[in-house]
Amino acid sequence: MEKSFKKIAEELIQPKKFAFDKDNLSKANKIVQMYPKNFKESSIMPLLTLAQEQNNGWIPKKAIEYISKFLKVSEIRVLELATFYSMYNLSPIGKYHIEVCTTSPCMLRGADSIMLKCKEKLGINIGELSKDKKFSINHVECLGACVNAPVIKINKDYYEDITINTCEEILNKLNNNKKIKVGPQSSRKASEPTKS
Amino acid sequence: MVQIFINGKPFKVDEGITVIQACEDVGIEIPRFCYHEKLSIAGNCRMCLVEMENSQKPVASCAMPVAEGMKIKTDTEMVVKARKGVMEFLLINHPLDCPICDQGGECDLQDQAMAYGSGISRFVEHKRAVKDKNLGPLIKTHMTRCIHCTRCVRFAEEISGNQQLGTIGRGEDTEITSFLEKSIDSEMSGNIIDLCPVGALTSKPYAYVARPWELKKTQSIDVFDAVGSNIRLDSKGDKILRVLPRINEDINDEWISDKTRFAYDGLNHQRIDRYYSRDLNGKLTEDSEEGVFEILRSKFSNTKTKKIASVVGNTVDCESIYALKTFLKTIGVENFDCRQDESFFIPNNRSSYLFNSKISGIDESDFCVLVGSDIKKEAPILSARVRQRFLNSDFSYPILRVGSRHNVNFDVDDLGLGSTSLKKLSSGKYLSLLKKSKKPLFILGQGAMCSKIGEQIYNFCLNLYLKVSKDQSWNGFNVLQTFSGRVGALDLGFFNESNMKSKSVIKKIYQGEYDVLFLMSADDLDFGKIPSKTFVIYQGHHGDKAVSRADLILPTSCFTEKEGIYVNLEGRPQLSRQVKLPLPSVDHSWNFFLKFSDYLELKMNFKNFEELRKNMFSEYRFLSKLNEIQSYELVQPKKYKYNFVEDEIFSNIDNFYMTDSVSRNSPTMSNCSLAFQKKSL
Repeated sequence: MEKSFKKIAEELIQPKKFAFDKDNLSKANKIVQMYPKNFKESSIMPLLTLAQEQNNGWIPKKAIEYISKFLKVSEIRVLELATFYSMYNLSPIGKYHIEVCTTSPCMLRGADSIMLKCKEKLGINIGELSKDKKFSINHVECLGACVNAPVIKINKDYYEDITINTCEEILNKLNNNKKIKVGPQSSRKASEPTKS
Repeated sequence: MVQIFINGKPFKVDEGITVIQACEDVGIEIPRFCYHEKLSIAGNCRMCLVEMENSQKPVASCAMPVAEGMKIKTDTEMVVKARKGVMEFLLINHPLDCPICDQGGECDLQDQAMAYGSGISRFVEHKRAVKDKNLGPLIKTHMTRCIHCTRCVRFAEEISGNQQLGTIGRGEDTEITSFLEKSIDSEMSGNIIDLCPVGALTSKPYAYVARPWELKKTQSIDVFDAVGSNIRLDSKGDKILRVLPRINEDINDEWISDKTRFAYDGLNHQRIDRYYSRDLNGKLTEDSEEGVFEILRSKFSNTKTKKIASVVGNTVDCESIYALKTFLKTIGVENFDCRQDESFFIPNNRSSYLFNSKISGIDESDFCVLVGSDIKKEAPILSARVRQRFLNSDFSYPILRVGSRHNVNFDVDDLGLGSTSLKKLSSGKYLSLLKKSKKPLFILGQGAMCSKIGEQIYNFCLNLYLKVSKDQSWNGFNVLQTFSGRVGALDLGFFNESNMKSKSVIKKIYQGEYDVLFLMSADDLDFGKIPSKTFVIYQGHHGDKAVSRADLILPTSCFTEKEGIYVNLEGRPQLSRQVKLPLPSVDHSWNFFLKFSDYLELKMNFKNFEELRKNMFSEYRFLSKLNEIQSYELVQPKKYKYNFVEDEIFSNIDNFYMTDSVSRNSPTMSNCSLAFQKKSL
């Protein structure tokens, strides 16, 4: 079966406990106050984000149970949201989580070959984590930067105007923990028209 | 009222309803999967598309409110084409396994595919398959068949209030599941089987048992709790195969509890089908009718009538109770009772043991006080109704509770565990809240009524209620009965008034004041406490608790084998109908008393069932008025000194799944108890 970060991680790697740290707890309490008392469900999404950030980019089972107790909503209501939105991961991701946009504009500009390059280079498939836990790949729907297609997103940064070569370069640099330029990888500064 | 045009014809319809409801009202059927009258609108199946003038696209009629002058078309080419398109999409991932599907024959998808299906599939790709979920011993799942109408999710959230079901994933990966596939722990979960428009959720006990067209359908009422839910018994041959709800807005809407739905298999287990008596070694052995009659004759004639007592059980119909009472009167026995739990009530005052506001009164009330009741287990249907009232109020419907903190499906304000906390109600903040209320609702559970100070709790609450209630037309002071036969027995006067004040019949039984004890399906006594010298005669239909103590066992028919009247907790007499005949060796209890009085050469005042009923109706007129409720005035209690105690008020129902001899013998119910009942030590 196809692997996905949307599937709940296996029992072995699930942490035994989860609780917000001090910082996140105060943030969470502020978030809850932003919504009416009758609509506690409203704060599920920001709290899931907090939990994901605290737990290295993925949401463990215990965090879902914790949030459901924290807000006094049922566990399934939290799980529904966590599985619906593609930016929540339910199993561990790599240090560099590569999200390749495969929606139409990116696809027309060669996203499929970029995806293939990433898979080959890293030796993993979509939804998988590399053995050294450094990389993981996922395909995503439109990242909203179609003018600079094809686009990939690594952790919180966009890398645009990717070619097969620049893609390989980026992956090499990441592998050696070197800094890379964020944004267009071509001669463009932003999304201005190219001269040719 | 607004005027709308449907298919060119003008109709006047209520304001605020949706197009699908308007069409329904005027008799035009619109296909639907996700829309359900009692649930919120989801609008996700798109099957109910209709054409609306000035709209380029077809609109979902379930989510479109009616407006003045609206022009709707339901039979145009566009509508049919749109629905055909929707149906084709729905069938893309639906397996073609109708021949092995339990829903076959009563499946909305099957029926509507006959009308809107294209007959040939154009879909050549792989169909998706979804893993089945384990939702416990009652609900069988075939999740590949699911069309994601989310009726079950909405039912769990809105009606039963156990929010355990949800939709996870999205797009092609959408699945209906519970968190980590936990089984659904709810007293009403069986209703999602009825709600499911396809065969995704079906009944586990009924799996592969029968097809709907083979079943004989009997309209009857439920006897497993005092609500008197309207049900349909489906049987084939002489076996009841399933139980479904009938719609009755005044009682159960269209829901029934899991006990009502699944306890029927107890009817086929551990039945008493012949006479038994104890031999010299104290072992129960089969006996003949004459042998038993002779033993009975010698017992009744050699014992003073003062030394004979009788108790009826909790789920006995009015006719049987009346026959027993007539027989006891004929032989001169006066010590009888129907309250094995010694609950408090005031003789000849119906308002002291009825749910006076009626079930539909819950919807009107604006304040609720629960005293000593585990309403979710005692009457799940009522609990769902209170939850509805609570949700419709935008969380402003206050519910106060005195007594144990049982699980409930609404928010409650707990005042305390013991009866001392009742005093909080009569002063300060809560009293001023109560005084503001126009239609307060008091619900006194059997936990309170059966406690030692039941009388005090009753009088205190009644005093308080009379103090705060202003509306003469509103009677919101309710006692929540838990057993289907209790109200009928109290109505028929199956108690001894002279035994009310000092010691109850039950206490005297334990003290050994009686030599002969006649039990009619009474299984909830503490049989260990009955002294061994008492001769116990048990007339019943199931080998349950009483059998191990009984010295003489008389078989009798159970509720599906006879016609009988049950009075529900509102005081509404309803008819329970006969589904099948009892075994040839088993008598109806009225027939037994006839035969036995013949044997004793006594004259009973009835010769057959019709005469029995006629006599009963002439003595108790209200019983003849089926489905009607008569209201009774509350009676102001005397001045009273209250000695409240800290003792916790517990509900008297511990295990929801096993409350009487039938459900205790049901394999399904025992599976449920194992799965859901938390072991309390």
